Amino acid sequence: MSVRDTVLRVIDDVARTNGRRLPPLTDDLPLLDSGLDSLCLAVIVANLEDTLGIDPFSSAEDGALPETVGALVGLYEGALV
Amino acid sequence: MECLAGLILRQGRARRGQGEDDQETRAGALIGGSLRVPFARAAACRASARAAAAYAGASVVLALADQLRAALALIALDGVAARIVLVPAGEAAAHLGAIVTAAGAGHVIEDWMLPGEDEAAALPAPAACQTEWVLLTSGTTGVPKLVVHTLQTLSAHVAAQHGPDRTQHRTKNRTQHIWGTFYDTRRYGGLQVLLRALIQGQALVLPGAAMTLPAFVTHAAAHGVTHLVGTPSHYRQLLMSGLAGRLRPDYVRLSGEIADQAILNRLRRCFPHAEIVHAFASTEAGLAFQVSDGRAGLPVDYATVLVPRVEAEIRGQDLRIRSPLNALGYLDRTRSPVAAEDGFVETGDLLNLQDGRYHFAGRRSGQVNIGGRKVHPEEVEAVLYEHPAVDICAVWARRNPITGAVVAADIMCRPDIQRRIDSRELLVCDLVEDIQSFCRTRLQAHKIPVSISFVRSLDLSRSGKLARLHA
Repeated sequence: MSVRDTVLRVIDDVARTNGRRLPPLTDDLPLLDSGLDSLCLAVIVANLEDTLGIDPFSSAEDGALPETVGALVGLYEGALV
Repeated sequence: MECLAGLILRQGRARRGQGEDDQETRAGALIGGSLRVPFARAAACRASARAAAAYAGASVVLALADQLRAALALIALDGVAARIVLVPAGEAAAHLGAIVTAAGAGHVIEDWMLPGEDEAAALPAPAACQTEWVLLTSGTTGVPKLVVHTLQTLSAHVAAQHGPDRTQHRTKNRTQHIWGTFYDTRRYGGLQVLLRALIQGQALVLPGAAMTLPAFVTHAAAHGVTHLVGTPSHYRQLLMSGLAGRLRPDYVRLSGEIADQAILNRLRRCFPHAEIVHAFASTEAGLAFQVSDGRAGLPVDYATVLVPRVEAEIRGQDLRIRSPLNALGYLDRTRSPVAAEDGFVETGDLLNLQDGRYHFAGRRSGQVNIGGRKVHPEEVEAVLYEHPAVDICAVWARRNPITGAVVAADIMCRPDIQRRIDSRELLVCDLVEDIQSFCRTRLQAHKIPVSISFVRSLDLSRSGKLARLHA
């Protein structure tokens, strides 16, 4: 499974277990206006660290924080290159 | 003894006397949603509101969804009610009954009227009593602990500055501060900014009930907020919202959680001209440190960043605080004091000296801070022990770049369950899901373990209690 598919699957899983309905996960969908709150995002990042073995937020300490689904996918893809 | 309404009006008169602020409508107002209530009217409301008389000498619980109306109730009832318990949004549903009982409350206030447009600024009656302000903080059983303050312990450092603050954050051509708070004003950090704005006659923009963070940012930008207050997690969300560019703050304050270097650097880059301050406060110890050098942690010479009249001591790793801002005691622990015999409050926070700087290294109790909301491991462990698969468990704080930490659990399964896992009869992922959904029906969302590891052994300290290794 590609990094992109993994990230999108984890977002979907977390949204489902927290009873959130999300619009289609397009690249330009804003992370925080999509129906996910910060706790959901925290869970997504923790689950992705367990699945992919990396936490690109901490390794890129001063980098910009992602604002959209596409930027979040890019952050993980960039870190795994 | 002066009540909050009296303090607001007296300070307002003093400022007008100095010719400082004659534009009542611009300065000193609470702004929430489409509502704007000038402080003078809110304070005068105390004199005229007959409702306040109904609460004379009473113990009341303020459990309002709307922060602006809760602030108006506070202004009206300080000096009237004997005790006011402040319940933040989200806490009411789970524990209201226990809070009402512990506070001996005769009234639960869930709504409050707005002052009439034509209500004149009459002088409030002198305070009839010294009102106890009771704040909630997390307890090991899940039921919040009730911490007793007074207007004085909550605002001594603000009131001591006599009128508008001329020494700090007076930047560029803006002399009027417009505060905006991400932080619930019923919690210690948010209440600090509410009292500062009220006493110093500055505007305060509050989130409406159930307003999302992006909606609040838009609301704050529309009102030209110059001074922002929130937890590091609030600011991480702000930076991820794509809306940070709409705000042009002169002053950015972080409290309620450990501020790490990454969030300080990101805020510096986003708001290059703002003064960025991270503060240390706890509900029991009160406000203690304010650090503005842009670096995480405390300087070795930490006395230089202490709030005036506050004393601090680092004994081993433990931070202790003695000050006029200390709480008076716990209401629900037969009024046990929060301070030790020498007057110092054990904050429970641990500090490590590292590279010439004291860094916060978690809590002595292993308490987890999730975006400013505290969770005691014992509460989560108690729920896990009800699950039939769990033999021994340990809950700990796992670092997280979004909320600072999330709840994690190490679990030793009962032998029969472990055998089923070993024989692949039971899949680990299914058991994780089962335990999480079990927790979901018994715990608030932020207390559910995000990650669960099944282990063969857990380290027990000599006392027989689990050693909290991850604090």
